[in-house]
Amino acid sequence: MQALYAQLLVGLINGSFYALLSLGLAVIFGMLNIINFAHGALYMMGAFVAYFLLNLGGISYWWALLLAPIIVGIFGMILERTMLQWLTGLDHLYGLLLTFGIALIVQGVFQNYFGSSGLPYSIPDQLKGGVNLGFMFLPIYRGWVVIFSLVVCIATWFLIEKTRLGAYLRAATENPTLVRAFGINVPRMITLTYGLGVGLAALAGVLSAPINQVRPLMGADLIIVVFAVVVIGGMGSIMGSIITGFALGVIEGLTKYFYPEASNTVVFVLMVLVLLVKPTGLTGRAA
Amino acid sequence: MTALTDDTLPMTPRAMRDEMIVFVVMALLLASVPFSGIYPFFVMQALCFALLACAFNLLIGYGGLLSFGHAMFMGTAGYCSAHALKVWALPPELGILVGIVAAFGLSLITGYISIRRQGIYFSMITLALSQLLYFIYLQAPFTHGEDGIQGIPQGHMFGVLDLSKPTVLYYVVLVGFLAGFLLIYRIINSPFGEVLKSIRENEPRAISLGYRTDQYKFLAFVLSGTLAGFAGALKVFVAQNASLTDVHWSMSGEVVLMTLVGGLGTIFGPVVGAFVIIAMQQYLAGFGQWVTVIQGSIFVICVLTFRRGLVGEVAHYLRRSL
Repeated sequence: MQALYAQLLVGLINGSFYALLSLGLAVIFGMLNIINFAHGALYMMGAFVAYFLLNLGGISYWWALLLAPIIVGIFGMILERTMLQWLTGLDHLYGLLLTFGIALIVQGVFQNYFGSSGLPYSIPDQLKGGVNLGFMFLPIYRGWVVIFSLVVCIATWFLIEKTRLGAYLRAATENPTLVRAFGINVPRMITLTYGLGVGLAALAGVLSAPINQVRPLMGADLIIVVFAVVVIGGMGSIMGSIITGFALGVIEGLTKYFYPEASNTVVFVLMVLVLLVKPTGLTGRAA
Repeated sequence: MTALTDDTLPMTPRAMRDEMIVFVVMALLLASVPFSGIYPFFVMQALCFALLACAFNLLIGYGGLLSFGHAMFMGTAGYCSAHALKVWALPPELGILVGIVAAFGLSLITGYISIRRQGIYFSMITLALSQLLYFIYLQAPFTHGEDGIQGIPQGHMFGVLDLSKPTVLYYVVLVGFLAGFLLIYRIINSPFGEVLKSIRENEPRAISLGYRTDQYKFLAFVLSGTLAGFAGALKVFVAQNASLTDVHWSMSGEVVLMTLVGGLGTIFGPVVGAFVIIAMQQYLAGFGQWVTVIQGSIFVICVLTFRRGLVGEVAHYLRRSL
């Protein structure tokens, strides 16, 4: 049973990353109509920024948790201002191609300087060790990742669904021209939205740094799984992305325990099944 | 929705004649390669990718469907051909057939699944499906995992053509490429191709005119996947191996890049794009990962400033369809 709980925990952690990343993708898609292929690369940048902060600046994990999303978010906003904004009005597919190119550039540059091997990032002292829960041994850091991700996800949901700023955002998603007519600076909102989505990806990167090591290609395969998560969950609902992300992480963890050969493929197989039964995705409306 | 390409020129006898002239020039140039001193291996490789890019272009350029998993057809056909040639010791023509049939079967299944969603979702689904297949091939015994299938015998095609001779192999690959190219050209200019273009331009209107657009898109997907498989089967004879790189998402990305550079929805664009990208890889091989960075930069530049691609720009300047 120990092994089952351990895999369940790994599943929850992966689920946290899926949730944070698919949430960001959904928010960005809502405002910019772009599927951000660079999301995996920006997740990787988040981990690398945390690594640089610690090793070059001696800045601790806790500050990295705040600073890395801001730094990568600003980088994202620069990308949006200099490139993505010119795609308004073009076919959605160009956004995918452009961000794929950005992902290749970012990953290629990091691979050049850091190769493909992983750089270690140690767990902060306050989160070292573990607690015995009676039925399993819980490493504190892993528990922290799950709970903190959940809090961030809920906070994002609250920001978008329950605040005035979120109301503007949702309105601008529906009808940007009308919202501009009310005197709201929609282009700036779009930039900030992209920054927010990218910041969430970078945050996931910082959280994963002590668990998965810091590697240039850490986001390259992950983003494809997250795409499958997005296809399963649909991008129509924020809460839908969060729940689907965590649920698929758990299912993947269970697969690792019961049938390890399929653990890499289970999310894709589920995507196929969902497409066959309900092509619009679990929470999606007709496209 | 804005169109991906601006190839809205009507198909006139003059346009057809122009295209045939360009085709004959291209065929003659390619046929003269063995006498020119150019390394034939490079051209053969580029021809396989050119056919793959043309097949991909059939889907994106004429059907408006961006597949981000086209490497799966090339890789699957490659593995199956390689297995048939090496383990079953089939002659080359049957080996190619096995690869094509495998790609056909795969495109039936993946087409049935992915055609259920449109636009951006279609791209994500094809990418996910190709990743699924990548992991299957990573674990399946017959692909030999990381090693791939090595040392594939080239054999004698139809019992007479010795494919281990580079010149013979070159002309076999060239004939295969030209046949595939002409087939795609024929499809594009058939009534079926015209309906496909109308779906790309305005799907709701095509539906209201009574076309079952899903069936057209599905057929386009199967044709494109099968032709991509043909390219993959030919590539087995050139590279003499089948490996995981051919099924990886980065390969699918390269196919997209070739077509984008040459010009989405142009007839000759994917061929030009394939030669440009393969040549670039050849000359920049010593620069390691900078090749990835350069490819990424080309994506960005093409999307931001150069959406018609090389051939598309020339065609636009000359006001011809190419």
